[in-house]
Amino acid sequence: MENHLLSLLIWLPIVAGILILGAGDQRRAALARKLALGFSSAVFLLSVPLYTRFDTTTAAMQFGERARWIDAFNIHYALGVDGISMPLILLTTLLTVVVVIAGWTATPKRVAQYMAAFLIMEGLMIGVFASLDAVLFYLFWEAMLIPMFLIIGIWGGPNRIYATIKFFLYTLLGSLLMLVALLYLYHASGGSFSILDYHRLPLALAPQVLIFLAFFAAFAVKVPMFPVHTWLPDAHVEAPTGGSVILAAVMLKMGGYGFLRFSLPVTPDASHQLAWLMITLSLIAVVYIALVALAQRDMKKLIAYSSISHMGFVTLGLFIFNPRGVEGAMVQMISHGFISGALFLCVGVLYDRLHSRMIADYGGLAAPMPVFAAFMVLFALANAGLPGTSGFVGEFLVILGAFQVNAWFAVAAALTLIFGAAYTLWMVKRVIYGAVISERVAALPDVNGREMLFLGVLAALVLWVGVWPNPLLEVMHATIDNLLEHTAASKLP
Amino acid sequence: MTGIYTAIPLSCLAAALITGLFGKIIGRRAAHSVAIAGVAVAFALSVVVYADVRAGNLFNGAIYTWAVSGGVPLRIGFMIDGLSAAMMVVVTFVSLMVHIYTIGYMADDPGYQRFFCYIALFTFAMLMLVMANNFLQLFFGWEAVGLVSYLLIGFWYERDSAIFANLKAFLVNRVGDFGFLLGIAAVLYLFGSLDYGAVFAGADRVAQQSVAGPFGEWQWMTIICLLLFVGAMGKSAQIPLHVWLPDSMEGPTPISALIHAATMVTAGIFMVARMSPLFELSETALSVVLVTGATTAILMALVGLVQNDIKRVVAYSTLSQLGYMTVALGASAYQIAIFHLGTHAFFKALLFLAAGSVIIAMHHEQDMRKMGGLRTIMPVTYITAAVGSLALAGIPPFAGFFSKDAIIESARHSQVWGAGYAYTAVLLGVFVTAFYSFRLLFITFHGKNRSDPHIRRHLRESPWVVTGPLLALAVPSIIAGFLLFEPVLSGELLGGAIHIDPQHDAVAKLAAGYDGKQGFALILAALVHGVSTAPFWLAVAGIICAWYGYRKKPELPGKIAAACGPLYRIVQNKYGFDDLYQAVFARGSLRLGNLLSRRIDAGLIDDAVVNNSARVVRRCAGVMRKAQTGFTHHYAFAMIIGLFCLITLFVWL
Repeated sequence: MENHLLSLLIWLPIVAGILILGAGDQRRAALARKLALGFSSAVFLLSVPLYTRFDTTTAAMQFGERARWIDAFNIHYALGVDGISMPLILLTTLLTVVVVIAGWTATPKRVAQYMAAFLIMEGLMIGVFASLDAVLFYLFWEAMLIPMFLIIGIWGGPNRIYATIKFFLYTLLGSLLMLVALLYLYHASGGSFSILDYHRLPLALAPQVLIFLAFFAAFAVKVPMFPVHTWLPDAHVEAPTGGSVILAAVMLKMGGYGFLRFSLPVTPDASHQLAWLMITLSLIAVVYIALVALAQRDMKKLIAYSSISHMGFVTLGLFIFNPRGVEGAMVQMISHGFISGALFLCVGVLYDRLHSRMIADYGGLAAPMPVFAAFMVLFALANAGLPGTSGFVGEFLVILGAFQVNAWFAVAAALTLIFGAAYTLWMVKRVIYGAVISERVAALPDVNGREMLFLGVLAALVLWVGVWPNPLLEVMHATIDNLLEHTAASKLP
Repeated sequence: MTGIYTAIPLSCLAAALITGLFGKIIGRRAAHSVAIAGVAVAFALSVVVYADVRAGNLFNGAIYTWAVSGGVPLRIGFMIDGLSAAMMVVVTFVSLMVHIYTIGYMADDPGYQRFFCYIALFTFAMLMLVMANNFLQLFFGWEAVGLVSYLLIGFWYERDSAIFANLKAFLVNRVGDFGFLLGIAAVLYLFGSLDYGAVFAGADRVAQQSVAGPFGEWQWMTIICLLLFVGAMGKSAQIPLHVWLPDSMEGPTPISALIHAATMVTAGIFMVARMSPLFELSETALSVVLVTGATTAILMALVGLVQNDIKRVVAYSTLSQLGYMTVALGASAYQIAIFHLGTHAFFKALLFLAAGSVIIAMHHEQDMRKMGGLRTIMPVTYITAAVGSLALAGIPPFAGFFSKDAIIESARHSQVWGAGYAYTAVLLGVFVTAFYSFRLLFITFHGKNRSDPHIRRHLRESPWVVTGPLLALAVPSIIAGFLLFEPVLSGELLGGAIHIDPQHDAVAKLAAGYDGKQGFALILAALVHGVSTAPFWLAVAGIICAWYGYRKKPELPGKIAAACGPLYRIVQNKYGFDDLYQAVFARGSLRLGNLLSRRIDAGLIDDAVVNNSARVVRRCAGVMRKAQTGFTHHYAFAMIIGLFCLITLFVWL
């Protein structure tokens, strides 16, 4: 069992998802919910040993599994995790439990299918993070789109068809270019699909640049980076709450993960060559997107733009090539998973009650919903990067790292201190504070025990990472130091 | 001792958590008991620590490792020396008084427990700030006090003015923090550490380094100090980042006393004093500090003259006094700045709480024009307010006299660029300060009672929980000056916590003026010096003018205002800072955001590129579809044409 922990984490939720599909039509919704909660909790508990038994002293892959799969093309079923992928897997397993709890009553139709989609997606996402074989990685990467496509397309809002097609085409276009790059690497490496082989493969600058751009197409869309970000606000607005949470908390991280797993180690020279582009796009995301966020009237859109702006810190941190930047980027990814997830859940709590996401429909929530207000203010402040919350740690480290490279990068990035606070707290002012805007708002019930549970768990995590990020950073040091050392060495033949 | 150090902030944090999480369950009485107990413990232990420090026991060490980044450990830890110990005593004492006062002031408020949670949390954050031994924790405390300030300004969250003010306060502070954070990043970049010890030790080395920037070569030390000072300008409300402080008066009065007068707003002053080993190495930075402080001191005092809201007068007075402290910093008289910080904390908290006592009695009326004659009805409030005003005006032997006189003298002795301007500004400021503080006193407590008859019937002195803290604060407002004057002058008060370049040492020149007098002789000499120099007579003139204008000839101020016309309006409009910021930054960025959102995001990217590519595909498909008619003879005809073309092509070639 121990040797197949990763396989178990991938396949258990997928099998469970199929089981739930089999179990249920609408009449057995209660059973479907309980099964989903049971399995997702089990998967989370099973994933905990990844952290507790993780060896922080080595950069090598751990919990590895390897079996021959398609001999004709030398394709293997190869899994393993390091300090980059392990925290992201834990983020996935945790947020899936949260989403199952959050979706308990929010979905009136097709409960079993809804729960099954999330469980299957969980397995596929863990597969992406754990794959060490390019074909396996690619399969999980593409397969993951299908449940999300269905979640938005079936349980989404009125304009869901436009949003799903946009989401699908955007991501597919990028992914296909990545497939081309992987096939090139297969030939260049003399017939290997092992990702770790690609890390050691010498490449001339021209192919490196092309490969980098192909990967960029796939990962930049996922992050998303300016200017290929416009699918995200639409997808978020139309997605049901659970879909938004997983999308923001986990799926966006695939982009950052891809840069770390492929772009930096496979094409280090091209990464350095094109760092200016990445940094420019990241800083545009931080500043420009923040201004766009200020103008939003829909809470989900505002949080979506805020996500893009915060993910700008991830890509900035990665392409300044120092440990502070990269570790900051990693912490930012995890923290953004908690905070954006929590904020989307907050909007979900409101949407369940009033069926509106518009800021203008709310006002003065602090009076009828004081506990909810406390949570929302906490998450908003975390989103604004308040020290003591997880939102501060990543941004702080990235700004410190950027200053080492070029003080002006740090100046531009630090503008988020002002803009991030402006758009987030202005929303809080209009939604939470002020006089109660209408009788319907005055009559809103405060959060119930179930809602308190998932918001409380995320609040605890946000504060824990903010007050003591060391346990999170410790697991990354060896991997990231090794990665940076590797990236600093030229691969030119 | 480490246990005691840790217990001081944690007792406040524990109180905040208990009142915050279980306030509704344990009830009002238990909530205030817990909060007061927590802060009382912190105060008692702070006194113990202060005595211990005076006995020579310093501490500088880590509590836990927050994170390790790039091989550099970032730790949470304490630096206990004369500076931090003095701040701890001031903070916990004023906080304790405010906690007790709150029982009376907030008695009828539904958010009673929430309020105690916030002020206990504030005390925790402020203690972490002053006890820090590294920049990271300093920034933590810095932002955390800002957070609590945000929550407390918006305490009455149904009021539009309150939630406008708290957002404004947070954002303006964030502008300061923007500079502050970059300053911290620069420190880590140049020193390779965020610990004070390592940074101060490396200061001389970094002072040699410079970098090419706009307008030529820049000393790194100047850049660092200026960036850090931007942070101080935000928190300590110096021009041009001062606009949030007057609006912060939307918060309950105990908060105005604790956060927006006595402690949080002095965090910037404290920080610069803490960073004295760095600021001493940049004369440019010192000049900027000096000039900024002097400008704030005089301009804000003038605005204080034309306010009619009792709290706003005190608020502008706070701005002006913070300017005085900043002048002291710029003149390298750090211990004098901290001295004034301390005396000001006492007498300004006293004035705010006295104003609050009046406000409760007046049923939350704050307009002084509707008060008057309260002297006989509220004698304790009146006497304590008078003590506060005398201290603020700098009349000997009240506390403010010693500290303010020392600031003016050090500005006179300072050699850095702008010292002459600063000296003139703080000197004139004395007249204005005396004028506005006694204007307040005369309008509120003397003359005819102009209040609503309905309110007048219920007017009475406030309960003991309110007057008790007033009396307790009046004591140090009277005696803190002459008790602390000697240790300040000798440098004993802060011990080795600050560092002054011998060339800048204005305090040494000041002390030299008293040629080694000690004890009572020194105090006597200071008093004699005080009454024989200009500031004292300017203060007296200010009081007399206030008396003449508001007691003797009440019609005079209106006439003067009318005669000054435009000038009066400029001051009344607070020099237009608010309107400018509102138009340029608030509305400007919103308009820019709307424009970018509509034109670039929705217009260019989404419509012109994304959706348009879909439209182009559809249009092409629409044209090509027409060829697919489904009739066999059409396809056969097309085949023949095609074949014909191909054969022609082959033959041709």
